[in-house]
Amino acid sequence: MGASARRPLGSGVAGVTRFIERHPAWALLAILAVAFLLWLIFAIWPPGLEEAFGRKKVFLNAVFNGITLGGLYFLVASGFTLIFGLMRNVNLAHGSLYLFGGYVGYVISTWTGSWILSFIVAFIAVALVGVVLQIAVFRRMEGQELRQTMVTIGLSIVFADLMLSAFGGDFYQIQTPRWLIGPLELPLATAVKSSGEPVYLQYPIVRLVIFAASVVIGVAMWLALNRTRIGMIIRAGVDDRDILAATGVRVQLVFVLVFALGAGLAGIAGVVGGTFQSISYGEDTRFLLASLVVVIVGGMGSIPGAALGALIIGLAEQLGSVYIPTYAIAVTFLIMVLVLALRPQGLLAR
Amino acid sequence: MSLTSPAQVQVTSPAAAARRWTARSWPELNNPAAWIVALILLIMPLIANGFFLIEIFGTTMILGTIALSLMFLAGYGGMVSLMQLTIAGFAGYMYAIFGVSGHPNISLGWPWWLATPMALALATIFGTLGGALAVRTAGIYTIMITLAIAAAFYYFTNQNYAIFNGHTGINNITTPHFLSVDWRSDIAFYYVVLAVAALCYLAVEYLSRAPFGLALQGVRDNPRRMAALGFNVNAHRVAAYAFASFVASLAGILQVWNYRQISPGSVGVEGCIDILIIAIVGGITRPVGPFIGALIFVILRTFALDFLVKIGLDGNRFRLLIGLGFLAVVFWSSDGMIGLWERWRRRNRSGAMRARGTPGHG
Repeated sequence: MGASARRPLGSGVAGVTRFIERHPAWALLAILAVAFLLWLIFAIWPPGLEEAFGRKKVFLNAVFNGITLGGLYFLVASGFTLIFGLMRNVNLAHGSLYLFGGYVGYVISTWTGSWILSFIVAFIAVALVGVVLQIAVFRRMEGQELRQTMVTIGLSIVFADLMLSAFGGDFYQIQTPRWLIGPLELPLATAVKSSGEPVYLQYPIVRLVIFAASVVIGVAMWLALNRTRIGMIIRAGVDDRDILAATGVRVQLVFVLVFALGAGLAGIAGVVGGTFQSISYGEDTRFLLASLVVVIVGGMGSIPGAALGALIIGLAEQLGSVYIPTYAIAVTFLIMVLVLALRPQGLLAR
Repeated sequence: MSLTSPAQVQVTSPAAAARRWTARSWPELNNPAAWIVALILLIMPLIANGFFLIEIFGTTMILGTIALSLMFLAGYGGMVSLMQLTIAGFAGYMYAIFGVSGHPNISLGWPWWLATPMALALATIFGTLGGALAVRTAGIYTIMITLAIAAAFYYFTNQNYAIFNGHTGINNITTPHFLSVDWRSDIAFYYVVLAVAALCYLAVEYLSRAPFGLALQGVRDNPRRMAALGFNVNAHRVAAYAFASFVASLAGILQVWNYRQISPGSVGVEGCIDILIIAIVGGITRPVGPFIGALIFVILRTFALDFLVKIGLDGNRFRLLIGLGFLAVVFWSSDGMIGLWERWRRRNRSGAMRARGTPGHG
């Protein structure tokens, strides 16, 4: 397992095992925290806890919102981290790609009325933008990380202003398809009625579907990276780009593909964000910040890291906004500070 | 930048050596252009009216000073920090919170001469802590971490009402008034800003040649070799952040005196990126670059609307202009306006030398 544990992009299970071996105390603490969280989710709360902590329904809703928000963050951040891992390109225009995907999705869904189609078109459109960027801009300045980052900053300003001129400062919401509207009763009791009958949590179907979809995409990406030939090439490129190129792989083609995939994921995330929140001018910055924090916490260039980071940040943001509304962002920030102080390369980086 | 000083050692009279030392540490003293610029800036209130004095030159020098702190970090330390405006804004917020403002439930009502040093100290500590976080990782990560800090502070000021008064921010902040001078009146304020900007400029210029600055440049170029030589690499980096934070917070205090209000908009991510643009467009190889960049930026910001409308375009596309200009600079002249100017001068000089038939030195 020595070799597999060194992979930055696919070291999910091996990384966890190694972590437990190396830091038993931290691992125990993490397991206890997870167990406590699970107990909070599944048990009927004793009255004392409800008094101190508020109603269980509020807590459960915050947890579910956090997990689904984490799914959305994962979609945005996985593209960001993939591009960074392979090309060392900190794409600060990633938020703009997200917003662009959202606007494309909005236009398509109002024009054709099809939600699914808006995903496909947004993926293709934003992936094409990514291909053009990689071929026309970033290929010209390969290896100059700082200059590339500067270019992405310039591009994000230009994109933001172009989108502002096209769509204005209004809020847009993508229409949820009819078959996804409405709540679903989850087998999680929030309270017990006086008759002894438990009350179950109601949660919007669309959010659950979107979360399931992001899990599927994440697993598919992990499988593609770890079980396919192209995934092997990408992982090899992350480890040593020059040697990969020397073995005869058309590394530029791989770069274009990865940039297209990363950008396309941001586009999909835009449609998702436009469905369960809304899209407007300024959202690009918000999601750029989210991706930054997620990959700083999870580990740059690591897909499992992006998943873990997204889950942590999503939960922190939602629980924070319920229990300490005016300091919620500080919680997110503190998590980042803590990770940087204890493990600067990120939780699941190699 | 040129780090090479004349290597030959000569035995000369002490007076001449002292003169040479002054000339070497402060090459500006021998540059007529620098004297002319200084003179023009000093007599500016005779030339320009209030609008130009404050809105153009005052703002230029304030933004230039913030960008100067970034130039110091990026140019000499190799650390591109996007949180310099955040530090300035933090100082502004602290001044508003400790000083007197239109929100007595938030502001503590300290006099300005207590609130100012307090704000400066807190903002410097804030920036130093942020820097200490950022140096935990190196290179390109610095941008990400400082951007995350900047964005987090922006969202925090936006959602926190107890300390930062949320989206509205803090208004009607009182400015200093002593020696029977209103230091926020146009001319007095202009000179305050000029003095602070000049001091910061000279401090950066001096530090760049002091042992600390040279060690910092060594750290930028080859941290491993510097560590092997016994320099504490991270301590130098954090110290650079501390100095840059102090410069930025001075500018932040001036900014809050200028506008008499502060709100999340003053520390927005857009603004943080503007500071980077100012520094890059001006050039981060010399301390004068940020001020040139700031002048271009402020002129564009003030007049782009009229200009765009005049040539028949949409006047609201100012940021598009800024973004495209920035991209052009990054593409064609990576050391900004200074680089363009130096290249132009070198071409002229070598042309002139060829005409005279003397070999140029390179």
